[in-house]
Amino acid sequence: MNRSKLSFDQCLNTAAAWFLALLWVLPLAYAIWTAIHPSAYEARFVLTAPLTFENFEKAWAAAPFARYFLNTFMLVSLILAGQFLLCTLAAYAFARFDFPGRSLLFTLVLLQLLVMPDILIVENYKTMRLLDLVDTIPAIALPYMASGFGIFLLRQTFMTIPKELDEAARIEGSSFLGVLWRVYIPLAKPTYLAYGLVSVSHHWNNFLWPLIVTNSEDTRPVTVGLSIFSAIDSGVEWSVINAATLMTSGPLLIAFLLFQRQFVQSFMRAGIK
Amino acid sequence: MRVTIKRDWIHGWLLLAPAMVFLFAFTHIPAITTFINSFYSTPRGQRSAKFIGLANYERLLGDEVFWKVLVNNLWFALGTIPISVGLAIVMALWVNGKLAGRSFVRMAYFTPTVLPLIAVANIWLFFYTPGFGLFDQIVGGLFGWTSTNWLGDPATALNAVIVVTIWKEAGFFMIFYLAALQTIPVTLIEAAQIEGASRWTVFRRITFPLLMPTTLFVSVNAVINSFRLVDHIFILTDGGPDNASSLLLFYVYETAFRYWETGYAATLTVVLLVLLSALAIGQFFFFDRKVHYK
Repeated sequence: MNRSKLSFDQCLNTAAAWFLALLWVLPLAYAIWTAIHPSAYEARFVLTAPLTFENFEKAWAAAPFARYFLNTFMLVSLILAGQFLLCTLAAYAFARFDFPGRSLLFTLVLLQLLVMPDILIVENYKTMRLLDLVDTIPAIALPYMASGFGIFLLRQTFMTIPKELDEAARIEGSSFLGVLWRVYIPLAKPTYLAYGLVSVSHHWNNFLWPLIVTNSEDTRPVTVGLSIFSAIDSGVEWSVINAATLMTSGPLLIAFLLFQRQFVQSFMRAGIK
Repeated sequence: MRVTIKRDWIHGWLLLAPAMVFLFAFTHIPAITTFINSFYSTPRGQRSAKFIGLANYERLLGDEVFWKVLVNNLWFALGTIPISVGLAIVMALWVNGKLAGRSFVRMAYFTPTVLPLIAVANIWLFFYTPGFGLFDQIVGGLFGWTSTNWLGDPATALNAVIVVTIWKEAGFFMIFYLAALQTIPVTLIEAAQIEGASRWTVFRRITFPLLMPTTLFVSVNAVINSFRLVDHIFILTDGGPDNASSLLLFYVYETAFRYWETGYAATLTVVLLVLLSALAIGQFFFFDRKVHYK
């Protein structure tokens, strides 16, 4: 009796979970459908609809996507390199050094989780103009380099590393930077991977700040490029816009599908704290 | 001994210096200058900014668009946060339990997280297109309703934006719950089941209380996001019609970079920051009594 009730319960749950899952993939599946079929099949779902690659070709030819991709790639690498460097040093200081003002400074770091550069667009734009950096890729990257989240995450990881390892390396003659390089960074590799994935996907997708601070083809990342491309609503067909949309999210999407487990685990690791 | 302590100080400060320079330059100092500039007029051409006291704030109080946008943003927060967090819990429970095709379901829930919000908006825009879009076709096919301009009607525009945001965020929050669920000892739940507790009781008395720290973390994040996520508005509605779907940060953007009124934009940013801090601090106090730390 009890058992049949339980399995009925389970069936219901499974059905609901699947229904929601299908609902959740529907938008993306639909975008893929329109992108790989001629525009005549935009709203007609026939299994025999001919496949085509033409929409992607049209989109690729209609806007300088190659340049946009290059810009995004440079942007994401620059941010990641800056974040790894700055956050590692700061996290090491917070985790293993005792100095006056430590807790105050740490509070200031955590404050950035609330007051993000994303919101301070007006003043940051003024700063970039002052530095004469408007419309450059570093201008997009600079505000995000000292990430409060990154410092916090790495500090938590560094604090779990036994002090004995640290001391042993020191006795063997490593300097304080040598200890960081030989003991802390190798042991924190999973955290770096997790943080790296989160950071790359975040900044690949970022839009508002790049929109403000760039105004030429040579600096625009794909998100801004895509918004400009799809804003010319006059002539561009839906299927072409959808192809462009998939193209811009493609690299991340493919990486996600291939490394799904790592992705999910990375986000989990970054979230546990 | 004294020497080592001093060396520790210097090393600590040196290690911290680069990050602090960036943090101050792009977060703390701008936050302070935003506050200062909110008392100044917008500099134009040769005229530099002039101290005008509370004039910007007076303008704010009389600005109908500001009030509308503020109310919109609160609705947006109320509409997105409970539903996306609730869905996230349900999703996590499903994906964590025994489920046929679990990895597909998990992938389906999580995929929107890796898509840029701009791309998401593009996909959904087509869904919402009147007459032609999928939404209208389904609703029209099922109920025979006439076509609705979901994004063009002030009554539905904001809700349409809320739906997109929930779709994008729920899977992201699910991950945090999934992580938390895996730390709950199975023995605890088994013990309750042996005692004859129903699934609902187990959830209400054991799982949910143990998830409280995660709920605090997720909801603080959700609040921040509800004031930060405006990318999709650019594509879906551009704030329209008649500001019906505009949010605070979007209005800041419009004021500063479309009308170039940076003084007033600073004032709006101050409101945004105050609101954000108040809500975050409020949440800590609200949850404080309910969170069970280990």
